Amino acid sequence: MKLIFALFTGLVFGTGIAISGMMNPAKVLNFFDVLGTWDPSLAFVMGGAVVITFIGYRLVWRRDAPLFGGRFQVPTSNAIDARLIGGSAIFGIGWGIAGFCPGAAIPALGTGRWEVLLFLVAVTAGFYVRRLIAAIQTGAKAA
Amino acid sequence: METLFTPFASFGGGLLIGLGAVLLMLGLGRILGATGIMSGLVFAENGDEFGWRAAMVVGMIVAPGLIFWVTGAMPELSVPVSPAMIVIGGVIVGFGASLGSGCTSGHGVCGLSRLSVRSIVAVPTFMLTAAITVYLIRHVFGA
Repeated sequence: MKLIFALFTGLVFGTGIAISGMMNPAKVLNFFDVLGTWDPSLAFVMGGAVVITFIGYRLVWRRDAPLFGGRFQVPTSNAIDARLIGGSAIFGIGWGIAGFCPGAAIPALGTGRWEVLLFLVAVTAGFYVRRLIAAIQTGAKAA
Repeated sequence: METLFTPFASFGGGLLIGLGAVLLMLGLGRILGATGIMSGLVFAENGDEFGWRAAMVVGMIVAPGLIFWVTGAMPELSVPVSPAMIVIGGVIVGFGASLGSGCTSGHGVCGLSRLSVRSIVAVPTFMLTAAITVYLIRHVFGA
């Protein structure tokens, strides 16, 4: 039941991504191209998503626990550090180059376009690069 | 390449994206972050966390097919960049999003809605670097 719920959640999210235009790199890159072929549509995506989530989270948190047990797991850190700022800055550069972000590319896989698969394989490679560097740093500290 | 301004579709899609995020919090008590879900699948550390993530991804991937079934057309997806840029952008996205602990969905939708200080720093950071990147690529290097 929990898995069916998760699948349905993914379907709702993915349908939203598809309708919103987020899975269209031409639209995403135009959103950032303020001085060129600007298309401000994606500001409306973020607006709609944040309105619902802001209200919805507060209603959900009136409960003691999630429907399928466990507890609400929300990040508690407030640390503004170099990893947060540097990582976010780097992420934005990649987003501006490719026009896809992970949350848009996963549903976009369902269109069957090879470019989407290529992007997600590259993202996975990026995860491994980050792991590798972290492992080297930990090793250097231990040694 | 020009794209159409679609405030209503984008806002409506955004509402569904937000609904997906709220449902995941309601059912499983988790933040809907595509980077976390994807890296959780890639580095599957324990089986319990793997199942719901896999189910969500399946739901997301089914979404474009559902739209095709209902409307008779796939969601629009045009890629105005070269395969090399998809690969380079993808690796940078994967590295940066895992270093910065989130992307457009986790920091953007969920983090802003929680009024997380880290996300309030992360989102303008990646929006700005994405816009600078698009500006440089399109208007300085003229690609």
